[in-house]
Formats: sequence, structure tokens, C-alpha cells
Amino acid sequence: MTADIAIRAHGLAKRFGTQFAVNGIDLEIPRAHIYGFLGPNGSGKSTTIRMLCGLLRPTSGTVNVLGNEVPRDAEIVRRKLGYMTQRFSLWDDLTVRENLEFMAKVFGLARPAARERIALRMREYDLGALMPQRAGTLSGGQKQRLALAAATLHEPDLLLLDEPTSAVDPQSRRDFWESLFVIVARGTTILVSTHYMDEAERCHRLAILDLGNIVAEGTPQQLMTEIDANVIEIMSEDTVAARNAITGVAGLESAAQLGTRLRVMMQKSVVSPQAVLAARLKDAGVTAQLNATTASLEDVFVAATRLRRAAAHTAGTAA
Amino acid sequence: MISVARIAAVAHKEFLQLARDRVTFGLIIGVPLLLITLFGYAINFDVRHLRAAVLDEARSSASREFIAELEASQVLDVTQHVQSSREIDAMMRDSTVVFAVAIPADFERRLIDGQFGGNRPAAQILVDGSQPSLENVANALKQLPVFQRHGQLLLAPQRFEVRVLYNPERRTAVQIVPALVGMILHMTMVVFTAGAIVRECERGNLELLITTPVSPAELMAGKLIPYILIGLIQTTVIVAVGNALFDVPINGRLIDLYLAALIYIAATLTLGLVISTVAQTQFQAFQMAFVTMLPSVLLSGFMFPFDGMPRGARLIAQALPLTHFNVMVRGIVLRGAALTDLSPQIWKLTIFFVIALGAARLRFRKRLD
Repeated sequence: MTADIAIRAHGLAKRFGTQFAVNGIDLEIPRAHIYGFLGPNGSGKSTTIRMLCGLLRPTSGTVNVLGNEVPRDAEIVRRKLGYMTQRFSLWDDLTVRENLEFMAKVFGLARPAARERIALRMREYDLGALMPQRAGTLSGGQKQRLALAAATLHEPDLLLLDEPTSAVDPQSRRDFWESLFVIVARGTTILVSTHYMDEAERCHRLAILDLGNIVAEGTPQQLMTEIDANVIEIMSEDTVAARNAITGVAGLESAAQLGTRLRVMMQKSVVSPQAVLAARLKDAGVTAQLNATTASLEDVFVAATRLRRAAAHTAGTAA
Repeated sequence: MISVARIAAVAHKEFLQLARDRVTFGLIIGVPLLLITLFGYAINFDVRHLRAAVLDEARSSASREFIAELEASQVLDVTQHVQSSREIDAMMRDSTVVFAVAIPADFERRLIDGQFGGNRPAAQILVDGSQPSLENVANALKQLPVFQRHGQLLLAPQRFEVRVLYNPERRTAVQIVPALVGMILHMTMVVFTAGAIVRECERGNLELLITTPVSPAELMAGKLIPYILIGLIQTTVIVAVGNALFDVPINGRLIDLYLAALIYIAATLTLGLVISTVAQTQFQAFQMAFVTMLPSVLLSGFMFPFDGMPRGARLIAQALPLTHFNVMVRGIVLRGAALTDLSPQIWKLTIFFVIALGAARLRFRKRLD
């Protein structure tokens, strides 16, 4: 095991009943990186994270976290791990201070060290005024800051964040990501799951999950430049007619409406896709302006998940 | 490695939450107070002052004296004087009275006949058999001196002497209050602990807790410690109130009582623990807790004497902690027994504790699947 890899998984799978929630994935997450899991609900993000921290036992496959086999050595890993659950899971009926004190004690921080660390997190995450308040009365953003403070009290080597910003306003999300960059600069590895594109784009590396499989992996830049599709924007007065006109074109991946524009993805195999689309529109008598543009992460996401589903579908019908 | 600091952390958190949850906290102290007053005052097996109707067809001095003596026994309060047996039927049916005495016109004749071997009853007692315990009252009434005196004016025989030990005045409170300790502890220990653990599961706290270094044993111990203290407080409240309000004596040593309570608390806590590992929601936990509650109340000798039960029921009762604790608590509080006299019960409760703890430990895993 190389020292610069925090998490390594091979053939990791989890079956619930007859359904595979995670279907044999390989992972290599470098240390001191923010690694993102991007995927729709039910894509296996939470299940994977839960297997990585030993909450769920894999049906098959191996996991190595910070040099320890999981679930066998889960107890060792737990000392070096901070975990933020999808749902706020600190105690609503305890105050902010009591919650932090409890977590400090549970992680075995000695009393003077605990007091110092709590004071530090209080300043870092702007919790000072909230300390005597019951956690249940906090807003979404405040709860999230508290949860992050609690998960980082013991300065873990690895931070697992399961959709941490799902109940939070945009400003709090920005602040939250600023804090993550501070934490990762200290050498902590962060694994964060999300279904927000802008969040995924901030990660150092990214895996796109769909139906329990990793369908794309790399840095956000890599993913956007290496996308297996061309993106063309069609500006038209009549977007409905434009959409109808291009429906059925060979190699059409997807067409999504953004206001008065249609964002169209064409497979890479189609030569001069802009001309193909222009001809179609002209035949249908739709006046439109076409622009080739660079792929966004959303395009990557759509392409990766679509292709996979189409493949699964044809395989299904063939069988 | 079990860490005392982590157990203390969990216990401290549990105390804080308990202190905040005013309703639960109120129930923990309020329920014993409510039940002890309820059972102490309302539940009364020595039935008195029953509403009774009298049909006196004899209208003689003997019959009047007989009625007066019946009333003097305080078992009956004659509220209705009627003229016909049909009136008695009607009053029984609509529950105006639960008791009736019919004295025939030839009352005195029958009394005299009785002395010379006649077997016609001198008077008739009618009881509402649809209500529990009343029938026993009628049977007891048959033995009342008033009947004997009128029936056997000359003989006045000497019968057996009955001495009721430990409770010479035959007060129900004396029997019930000590047993209430066990019932209330069962309720608190099983219901509240099962609920408290399942609640953390429902609210998602457990998902966080099990990714921390807290071990299952530490978690369980920390969560249960506050309830041990609560159990001892409840024991104190019941015994003290029972003593102050109902003159229930404390004949044994208090230390023995507390030790017995601790053993019983351990057994019932582990039962709550088992339930918490099976139940998915708090609602299920409460239902399961009540399923264990009912047989405990009915079969443990709490209300009905254990020795009078059929064999099957007694076997089931052996598996209920309350059965053994009732023997212990009545032994210590009323019969002045020492804990050392009660070793069979201690053993049975210990076995229950070990089995339940094993079951809970097997089922409680630091995993979600």
C-alpha cells in the first residue's frame, strides 16, 4: 500500500435482498485531496461511504482505509475518522456546547485539550453565540457547521461527508466549502458525496456513480475535456419546434432546454455535428443560431449516466 | 478496552437528555405516585359498604335484629327496603344494588327448625356474580357470627382460630404496595430504556455514534446507568409513600431491599435492552414492552396468589422477573426476611439477567446491516 493513498477499494459490492446497491466498484482516493462522489439519489453513494467506515459489511470486495482492512479493523479506523451523516445526527435536546463536549469525550480527548479544541472550532465555525443554544433550534446552516465542528474535533485523517449540504442555503454552502479547503490543507483527506454540480466541480477528483457503478472518474477538468460528446447550443425563438426538428438525429445524446437555448449533446462519432443539426433545422424550417461550446460537468454527468443506462437497457432487452 | 471515561460520557449525556425531557421525567416520578395512591386507596380486596337491598317478609324483632347485625358488620349498607323479590331482580339488573338479603315470613320458625336438624335455609343472600370478588364476600358472610348466633343459639361452638401473619388487619395495601415496587420498576426499566435506545436509532444518532470509538458495551452501560439510579429513586418513593400513607411496615433491612431492587433492575433493564434491539420504532418498542407487562402483572402473584394458579401459568410465571421479585420484596418488607433467605430468587433473576444480556449482546452490533 502506498502512503499517498487514503482509501483503496477493489470490487466493492453491496447487495440488499436481490438488488445490488453497489455493484463492484474500484476506488483509489489520494491523501489530502477532496474526492467527490457525484450521483443521483440511489446511485450507491451513501452505501459506499457506509461500507468505507464499517457501518455496512460489503457483500464482496476489499476495502483498505488509511492502511487498515475494513470491516476487520474498523475500530482502528474509527479513531482516525470523522463522519458527517446525511441527516443531522447530533442531539437536538443538547446544547451546542454539550454536543461538542460529548463528542470530544467519546473520541478520548483529555480535558484541557478538549476545551482548547472546542474553543478553536467555535471560532473557526462561528459557533460562539450559539454555544448555549439547543442544537434542535439551529438553522440548517448552523447545524451543518456544528456537525462539521464535531466531526473534526479529534483532527481526523479522513473526513467522510454524506451529502453535507443538502439542507443548506447557497451562502452557507460556499462557506462550508471554504472550510473544507482549510481542512484539506492540514493534510486531511475528504470524501464528499453530492448531487450538486457546482460542488462536484470544486473537488480535486471526482467519481460519477450511477446504479451502483462508477461510470466516470478523474479530475473535473479531465472529465469535461475528455467527454465522449460534442456540445452544441441552439438559440431559437421556437425551442419546441427546434427540439422536434432534431429529435431522432443519429448520434443525438440529449437535448436540454435552458431558457431560450437548447443544449444538445452529440456523440463524438458524429462528424461535424453542427452541420448535421443545422441541416435538420433548415429542413424543418426553424430559424436558429448554432454554437459549439465546451462541455460542463453537468454534460459529463448526463453523458456518463445516459450511456450506461442505454447500455443496460439494450443488454436487458437483448436478454 | 472498556473505557470508563466513555461510559461516563454516555451516561452524562443521557442524564442531560432525561433532565430536559420534562414529560418523561415527570412520568418517572409521577407514575409511581399515581399508581400507589390508586392501588392503595381504590383497589381493596376486603370489600366493604356494598349497596344492598333487603326484603323482610317476616317483619319480626328477630329479622330486624338480623338486619341490624348485617349492617353492623359494615360489609353491607342497606340502601333499599323492598316489598317483593321482583323488585330485587330489577335492582340487581340495573345495578342499583349488588347485594340483597331475602328474609322469608317464617324466618324464626326456620331458625328453630335448624337447631333440630332442619335443612331449610333461614334466609337467602343474592349476589351480583357479574362483578369480581363479590361472590367471595357472600361466602364469607355465611360464616358471620350473626348467622351462627341465630342458627345455633344454644351451641355456640368453638371453631378454628385463624391468624393472619404479617398482615393481621388484612389490609390490601400491605399486600399491594410492596409488589407495586416490582411492577413500577418493570414499567420504567423496560419501557423507558427500550424507548430511549430505539429513539436514538430513529433519530439517526446511532449512525453517528457507531462510527465513533464507543464500543457496544460502553454504549449500553452508559445508557443504562441513569436508569439504575432512577429505579432506586422509584423504589424509595414507593416504599416511603407506602409507609407514610398506608402504614405499610418495613420489617426487613433497607439495604437488603435496595440490593434486591438492584438485582431486579438489572434483570428488567436487560429485558428492555433486548426489546430495543428487536424493535424498529419507538412505537413497536412500547408495544413489546406492554406485552411483557401484562403477564407479569397477572401471573407474578401481584394480584392473584401464585399458589392458586394452574401448573402452566406457574411455569410461565417462572420466566418473569416480577414473580421472583415479588417474593423477595414481600419477604423483605413484610416478613422481615434477609436477602440471604432469598437465594433461590436471586439465582433465578441472575440467570434471567445473563440470558437476556447474552441475547442483547448478540443482537446489538455496531453496524447498520
